[in-house]
Amino acid sequence: MSRLLKIDSLQTHFFSAAGVVKAVDGISFDVNQGETMAIVGESGCGKSVSALSILRLVADPPGRIIGGSIRFQDRDLLKLSDEEIREVRGKDIAMVFQEPMTSLNPVLTIGRQLTETMEQHLDMTRGQAVARAIELLGMVGISDPERRLRQYPHHFSGGMRQRVMIAMALCCEPKLIIADEPTTALDVTVQAQILELMKDLTQRLGVALIIITHNLGIVARYADRVNVMYAGRIIESGTAHDIYHHPHHPYTLALLRSVPRMDQPRRARLDPVQGQPPDLSRLGVGCSFQPRCGFAIARCASQSPPLERIDGGDHLAACFEAHSVAESMARSS
Amino acid sequence: MTPMEPTGAVRQSAEAAVQASIVVPDVALEHRRQSERRVALAPELVTIRNLKMHFPVIEGALFSKEVARVKAVDGINLTIRKGETLGLVGESGCGKTTTGRCILRLEHPTGGEILFDGKNLVDLDQKSMRALRQKIQVIFQDPYSSLNPRMKIGEIISEPMKVHGTEPNKAARDARVAELLRLCGLDPKFADRYPHEMSGGQRQRVGIARALSVRPEFIICDEAISALDVSIQAQIINLLEDLRDQFGLTYLFIAHDLSVVRHLCHRVAVMYLGKIVELADCDELYGNPLHPYTQALLAAVPVPDPDLERARAHRIVKGEVPSPMNPPRGCVFHPRCPLAVDSCAKIVPEFRELRPGHWVACSVI
Ligand SMILES: Nc1ncnc2c1ncn2[C@@H]1O[C@H](COP(=O)(O)OP(=O)(O)OP(=O)(O)O)[C@@H](O)[C@H]1O
Ligand SMILES: Nc1ncnc2c1ncn2[C@@H]1O[C@H](COP(=O)(O)OP(=O)(O)O)[C@@H](O)[C@H]1O
Ligand code: SF4
Ligand code: SF4
Ligand SMILES: [Mg+2]
Ligand SMILES: [Mg+2]
Repeated sequence: MSRLLKIDSLQTHFFSAAGVVKAVDGISFDVNQGETMAIVGESGCGKSVSALSILRLVADPPGRIIGGSIRFQDRDLLKLSDEEIREVRGKDIAMVFQEPMTSLNPVLTIGRQLTETMEQHLDMTRGQAVARAIELLGMVGISDPERRLRQYPHHFSGGMRQRVMIAMALCCEPKLIIADEPTTALDVTVQAQILELMKDLTQRLGVALIIITHNLGIVARYADRVNVMYAGRIIESGTAHDIYHHPHHPYTLALLRSVPRMDQPRRARLDPVQGQPPDLSRLGVGCSFQPRCGFAIARCASQSPPLERIDGGDHLAACFEAHSVAESMARSS
Repeated sequence: MTPMEPTGAVRQSAEAAVQASIVVPDVALEHRRQSERRVALAPELVTIRNLKMHFPVIEGALFSKEVARVKAVDGINLTIRKGETLGLVGESGCGKTTTGRCILRLEHPTGGEILFDGKNLVDLDQKSMRALRQKIQVIFQDPYSSLNPRMKIGEIISEPMKVHGTEPNKAARDARVAELLRLCGLDPKFADRYPHEMSGGQRQRVGIARALSVRPEFIICDEAISALDVSIQAQIINLLEDLRDQFGLTYLFIAHDLSVVRHLCHRVAVMYLGKIVELADCDELYGNPLHPYTQALLAAVPVPDPDLERARAHRIVKGEVPSPMNPPRGCVFHPRCPLAVDSCAKIVPEFRELRPGHWVACSVI
């Protein structure tokens, strides 16, 4: 598989009167062609800002990408002109957001929104674009597409709007789709419909997918590789199997332990992570998980653990005690 | 491994973490099962009979007239025993919140009755209702919008005590606020802060402290943990469990997260388009779901195990929930049901007890 996207030491900070929010603070990861990569973590850990940074959609001010590189195919997206990045956005990389209503234009028909993009980026005539729009709506499971094209977003349910967003994402045949919490606002049955649809389409069309979520079940089902984020950094990265069955970071372990699970016998009591996530404008030296970490040793308070390979493989963790964590997991299962 | 040797004390904490992370022994679970058996024999605290809440849809400004009715709750029957936690699950818009609001008398039901400790809340006069309202409290989903931003935490928590006159004396109220904050895992110093100075999890603890302030018997938790992060959710679930045990509380736990409901509830009711389609003990419902809708809901939840997930076939129910303004005839689930037969579009299924304590509204199974 060839590499499509390579992010290296990306830093995006927000500068406000109250201080600097280090929303994304040195993340690196790759996405291969046709691969599904997940970014998982709790709210405020920097998932959305990471995604927006890739397409240079972070509002400046207050936000700014202050370091790193984002190579897509053979270009550094951070070096492109505004014109060039707009072209990439519509055509090569598409985005699907959590709340489709905010990304659909309420006064344009669904059809017009689809055809406009295609006419712009693909040089299609109106007729060709309409035919393609009908085909796309059918593909994402919207029945009676000819009639639906003439309707407005408010005529659609949340699940159907998300299908339209997927159709829009697909219309220019992108190589990468970034989906930021695409199903968080939806019911479980509709969530399953939308995710299966995305999986099916990305596999069939060979499109790579970055899926951002806080739902560990979704990640387990759909992701080839997983990046776990905490406080603006990636603290563990590996295949889904590595992350769920051989976690090497206390935060990953704690996340897995804190949720009640339907696939296991009922537990008498849950095992929560104590405390709460840190304020990203007041990060100290040392490991950002240290105040909540049961594995902490003396140096954790003064040194920040680098993201390092576990046993020389593709599994990475940023923890001085990675091996104790793995041992604890092994002992308990 | 690590180049720098940890000091003795911290080393021990790492060991302790390893120890603590070993799965809870079955003794605790057995203890829990015992409490569940006790609950099953307890007297009924809340009895809901044929409850209906049909909202009129009004059109026209000058000569406004009712053009339709939203059947948000359409004839449900439920009992909740003293000390029990009853889970109420179902997709958005199926009537969970409306059911809760009817019990709180925030809505006036268009039919049926709600007995609390034997008294029918539906036709109770204002004065007697006020006395009862003290015993029934609610915790909402969004701890942000449910707390008044201009009030200090101490005032927020003592407000119900003032309204119900349970602690007429200011000093006693302040002492109770401190006690409640401590009980809910917060520093009593938080009494002087404002909601915006606290995190989501902390605000939810305040919401719980406030509900507890007037010593209620029954608490409706409406998506009480849905807005919280996973790591904070577990903290609040444990708190709710501790409080239940300590004060013998009864909960109606409304949620859409089926794994959380399984963890916390004794019995679970599944709602679809204003009706209860299945009701059973927790283990029975999850182990042996009978209604096609319950099966579809459970099948749609991915579990956090990639090996299991990849091996599992996903049978996904098609379509979306129809509008409650114009619900399907016959069985309300028939347009989406994989088992539907011709008669399902005509006959409204009866809510039957198929196995002891296991009720299902489906005429085919
Ligand atoms: N005051 C009202 N007037 C008209 N319709 C209403 C009113 N309140 C609720 N409804 C409708 O009643 C139905 C049930 O709503 P309810 O809030 O009880 O759903 P819910 O099960 O709590 O959903 P969610 O999971 O989204 O919270 C919905 O279709 C809703 O739009
Ligand atoms: N426009 C902004 N101004 C200041 N801070 C911001 C802005 N957008 C996001 N942040 C901060 O950046 C951090 C990461 O946010 P985000 O990426 O949205 O988190 P999530 O992981 O939930 O998607 C948070 O601390 C958030 O408050
Ligand atoms: S580096 Fe130290 S504090 Fe950070 S996660 Fe590892 S053990 Fe815990
Ligand atoms: S009555 Fe018919 S449509 Fe309704 S759940 Fe049973 S099989 Fe399905
Ligand atoms: Mg986000
Ligand atoms: Mg609700």
